[in-house]
Formats: sequence, C-alpha cells, structure tokens
Amino acid sequence: MRHLLSIADLNRADALSILDTAVELARISDAPVKKLPTLRGKTIVNLFFEDSTRTRISFEAAAKRLSADVINFSAKGSSVSKGESLKDTAQTLQAMGADAVIIRHSASGAAQWLADSHWIGGSVINAGDGTHEHPTQALLDAFTIRKHLGSTSGDLKGLHIAIVGDILHSRVARSNVLLLSLLGAEVTLVAPPTLLPMGVQTWPVKVSYDFDSVLPHVDAVMMLRVQQERMQDLFFPTAREYSHFFGLNRDRLSLMKKSSIIMHPGPMNRGLEITAECADSARSVIVEQVANGVSVRMAVLYLLLAGAQQEQGGLLA
Amino acid sequence: MTKYLLTGARLANNQQADVLISDGVIVGIGENISHPDATRASKIDVAGCKILPGLVDLHTHLREPGREDSETVHSASRAAAKGGFTAVSAMANTFPVADTAGVVEQVYRLGQSAGLVDVFPIGAVTQGIAGKALAELGAMAQSAARVRVFSDDGNCVFDPMVMRRALEYVKQFDGVIAQHAQEPTLTHGAQMNEGTISSILGLKGWPAVAEEAIIARDVLLVDHVKSRLHICHVTTAGGVEIIRWAKARGIEVTAEVTPHHLLLTDEMAKTYNPIFKVNPPLRTEADVMALREGLADGTIDIVATDHAPHPAEDKECEWQNAAFGMIGLETALSIVQKTMIDTALMTWETLAERMSTAPAKIGRYSAQGQGITLGSPAHVTVINPSQSWRVDRDLVSSRSRNTPFHGMELPGKIVATFFNGIPTVLDSRLVKAGNNG
Repeated sequence: MRHLLSIADLNRADALSILDTAVELARISDAPVKKLPTLRGKTIVNLFFEDSTRTRISFEAAAKRLSADVINFSAKGSSVSKGESLKDTAQTLQAMGADAVIIRHSASGAAQWLADSHWIGGSVINAGDGTHEHPTQALLDAFTIRKHLGSTSGDLKGLHIAIVGDILHSRVARSNVLLLSLLGAEVTLVAPPTLLPMGVQTWPVKVSYDFDSVLPHVDAVMMLRVQQERMQDLFFPTAREYSHFFGLNRDRLSLMKKSSIIMHPGPMNRGLEITAECADSARSVIVEQVANGVSVRMAVLYLLLAGAQQEQGGLLA
Repeated sequence: MTKYLLTGARLANNQQADVLISDGVIVGIGENISHPDATRASKIDVAGCKILPGLVDLHTHLREPGREDSETVHSASRAAAKGGFTAVSAMANTFPVADTAGVVEQVYRLGQSAGLVDVFPIGAVTQGIAGKALAELGAMAQSAARVRVFSDDGNCVFDPMVMRRALEYVKQFDGVIAQHAQEPTLTHGAQMNEGTISSILGLKGWPAVAEEAIIARDVLLVDHVKSRLHICHVTTAGGVEIIRWAKARGIEVTAEVTPHHLLLTDEMAKTYNPIFKVNPPLRTEADVMALREGLADGTIDIVATDHAPHPAEDKECEWQNAAFGMIGLETALSIVQKTMIDTALMTWETLAERMSTAPAKIGRYSAQGQGITLGSPAHVTVINPSQSWRVDRDLVSSRSRNTPFHGMELPGKIVATFFNGIPTVLDSRLVKAGNNG
C-alpha cells in the first residue's frame, strides 16, 4: 500500500491490519514518553486546503509520536490563496522532499488526482476530499466500535450501525459505509430522502426515513453534522423540523439498547442533530473517538512509511 | 493545379466511382470519366477509401475573439480540415460575445482569411448570452456573415418568454434557435451526470431531467409558434424519447449528438481526470445506446462536435475547478465510424447525411452539404475506413490538447479533404497552412 485515498482501495485484511496496528500503537499514548523513533528523518506535510483544526492536529500528533518532522501547509495566507494551483503546490512540496502528503481539500477526488498526477513521489493520505471520502475517520470509527462492541482482533460481524443525517454531503458516511460493510457490520442509513444520494439502493446498506423504528435495533448510532446552510437549498424545511425527525434527543436515547454507543465525527451542532444530554451521556464515545483518531493515524503513517522496513520482532520491539 | 481525379474509391452509397474535381466543382463521377479534364487532372489513387461530402459541423467553439490562448479561427480551421470538415459553425460565447453584426462579421472574415473551411458564425440569442434581452438577431442575419443559427450555447435560454420571442422573431429570416437544454436551477454547481457514480464519487449531480425538461418545454413552444428549433448535444435517453415524440407529431425540431456522447460514459469520471469533464456531462451506458439508436433512426438529425478547446492549466487541476469541454474536430469522423458504422447501426450513406447534408440544411449553408453530385462545389472528404490510427494529443492541429481520446486506437484515417476544389489535406497531412501562414 502506497497511498490511502479511499476505503474502496482496501480489502478486509488491509483494514484489519490498520486496526490491529492501531491497537498496538495506542499503548504508546498511555506510556509516560509518548514517542517512537520509527519515522525519524521522515518529512510529513499536512496540506490543508480546507480548515479543519481537529483533523490536522490529530495527524500532527500522530506523526510527531512517530518522530517524523511535520510541516503544516495551510491554504489560508499561503500562495494557494493567491491562486497557486495544486500542481505548483505539489511540486513545491516534492522539491522539499516530502515523504508523505496528508491532503484535505474541498474538491472531491483531489487526493486521488494528486496521487495519480506524478507531481509528487511520496505517499498521499486523504484527510477528507469534498463530499467523497474521509478514510481515516472511518477507520477511527471502526476502531472505536470494535473496542466497545467487538472483539479486540476480529471484524464487526453481527453488529448493526445506524448512520444518521446528511448522507448526501458526507464524506464520513461514504467511507463508513464502505468500511463497516467490509468488516461485516450491518449498516442502516437514516435521513430524509432529500439528503440521500441518488442510487443509494445500490449501496451495501439499508435505508430508513424513520429514526425511531431503527434505534431499538442498533449497537451504535453515528450522528452526522448537519450544516444550517442546507436549509437554504431546501433539503429540509427548518432546523426545528430536522431535529424533530432526525435529531438524537432524550426520548430517542431511551429507545436504544443499553449496550449501544453514540458517535459523532465532530464538530457537533449541539441542539440540531444531537442534544447536549446525548452528546455528554455515558453512552457517548465522542471524546474517545478523538483519542482513537491519533492511534489510527499513527497506524496509517506507520504502515505507509515504515511498513516496508519493519524490523524483526514486531512493531514495538 | 486545380484539377484532381480521385481514383479507386467508393462513394458513401458504396458505388465504385472516380471523382473528378475541376476549378472548385465536381465535374465527373463514375468509372472511366470522359470529361476532357480527366486526362489533365492530377491523379490521386485513393483505392480502398470512401469519398464523402465535406463534413459540416454545426457546433464549434473557435474561441476567437477573446481566448486566442486556447484556439483561433485559423487553428480551428486547420483542425477542422484535418478532421475532414469543410465547414464549421462558430459558437457565440466568445469575448466579446457574438451578439452584434460587428462581431459575427469579424469572425466570418477571419474564417475567410484562414481559407481552409467555411466558418459560419452563430449569433447569440440574447445580449451577452445572459438570457434577458434579445440580441440584434436581424442585424446579424443581414450582415455579411448572413447568420441563420442563433444560440446562447454554454447557457440555456431558460426564460420561457425569452425563448418564445426568439423562436418567433427568427421566422422572418428563416433562422433557427439552437438550444443548450439545461435548466439552470437544477444544475447549480453540478459536476457530472447524477446517478450511482456521482453518488459514490461525491461529485454534485447533473440530473437528466434538467436537460429533458427544457427539451420538452421547447418542443411545445416551437409547435405553438411554428418556428424552427434545434436541440444542441442531446445526451439522455429521455431527451431522445421526447424528440421522437415531437417529430411524430410533426413538430419542427432537429437535434444533434456529439461524438463523445456516442462513446464515453460517466464511468470515466472515476479517474477524477477533468479531461472527461464536459457540459452536458457524459451519461450512462443506457443513454449512449439510446443516442446511437436515435442517430441511426433519424430522431437525432446530425452529429456535431461541440469542439471546446481549453488551455492545459484549466484541465490540470481538481475536477470541480476544471473547465467543461473537450476538443473533437480531428476525431469526430473516427468516433462515428467506431460507434455507428463498425457496429452496423448505420451506413456510410446515412453518415454522410448526418455529418454533411443535414447540418448544412439546418444552418441554411447552401454551398455546403450537397453531396458528391455533378456540378456541386467540390467539398470532399476521403477516408480510409480500414486504416486505424492512435490519437496523440501532442500531434493535434488544434491549439489545445484536451482530447479525451488520447492514446486510443481509432478506426478510419482521413486521407484527403478538399475545400472548394483545393486540397487542404493530402496523404493525411495538412497541405495548406491557410492564408495567414
């Protein structure tokens, strides 16, 4: 594996290998010295054309715990905001000797386009491209689900997960649908018809417009951020009506299984898709998702950049 | 030397015949031509080839004036000649827009001075192709360019009242409105065909209904006002169905399909390579098959290239930031052979109708599209259908390289093109740089 562009590029063994590696690397985060020398001398660029502090610092923390040098390249205030093309930016990074480029971009396909362009020689990691995919988010979600509900080493067979909200515009949903079904989970998408993509019936999921009927059967419910501006494009009439039908609130919490968990990729719109009561409940694993994000991203960086030179005696030897 | 005898070839109707061209006119057709010029003419052996009437493109973006970095009238004329065309129609969305007699005359004169093909300017329907106020359609019709085709292509004439008035107004000079059928409110920010692939790729969808709704509206409008409507680049099975219905009702509507929509599908977008980004977008396999069927049965009257040159920087970027469009003059005939002739959906005779006779008739280009007939202006295209060639974007005559067919092996090599009896292409090479050098 040279790049991580889409969950569709992974097979079951690849996905499990990332999750298993993340389990091992998670131990570093609990150690007094949170650092491994594995990627010493490697240069990793955070190339963010779109603001996303949480994803950027998660990748930055992951890279630093593996001793890589990290360069943050944010489009704002850089030559990109003066109209520099992706090509010129990429060639600049190549000239500086980037071993990996972590790209976040508002255009779907930007990561794949960069990887296929031959403008850069290193690995490309998709940190979210438009409304296409966000593979490391799906991996950290699967990691979190597995930790709470599955076995530590197996897949997600037998688990039922609902993804709720703006599926149409969600790269998190696209990556999760692919990964969760790859790992054997049953996925139900819950959304108003306006926020479901065309052809969703060809996806490996069930679809429901009725949140309440789905909730009693799920092991995890993943709430997606709903942007207020969707209202202007008439995807739903009002924020109140959206919350009423598709928001997670106290009443719906009571419909859920005792063992089930509540997830959200963040940032949350408290009061719109999720009430504070649910976000902060004992079943919420939202804060833990953030911590797991670092471990999963460490695993991805490790496998892409150090996988080939893995020492005898295992990962942490 | 202005006398040529083409020998050993077959005509579109498969008749074995030599063709004698003398001083710009076809003066002999058949075996053993007895015309006195036959012995004085230079003989060109084109055994195994097809002799077709010069191709006529009703939809070409020449980019001049305004975007000479991507194409000029002269460079497009060269590309057209190389592709077997003897006439092109210059779309109005230039800078400035071709919405006045002055601009259309300028483009017309640039075409004449290039001298490789007839360049017929298309006039804008509305001022600045903004869809609000009618451009001076009469002045453009009356100008030296004698404009008969009007189009806001690139934009849809979306206001039904404006469309109605335009259709009515052009009746006084036998004009036709060529509509870019795209309901703008259904395609805001759209990137590719809306369907299962756009959903997976996360690219904003461009629904078929945005095209079909306008086609349906406009065939009803043109029926009401009894004028002439032409639908540019039909791409959907539903669009073909509506036009078939309209023609069955006797409604005066004609339609075109592009070569790329006859071959490529939205599957190509999976590469995120913007070379496949085009307006209207590439559709599904089912749509492609319906377009081929429509072209074969005459529901779709013509093939038009929608040749749309763009500089490299506008295609070397993220899909959503890239320009819409692809070049097509030099590959059009090969693509039509591949999709329609080699699949046995259509004969060469029908191809000649769809790519020469019918487009000339729609545009009222009286000196074009007269077929290989005695006394006709010698606009002649010679193709070797059994010779294939590999498309190389670095070898195109267009000033831009945005062909989606780069690297593809295509059937049918254009051997020669004659424009008014003068060869513009011989031995598959441009022989005349044109009057501008």
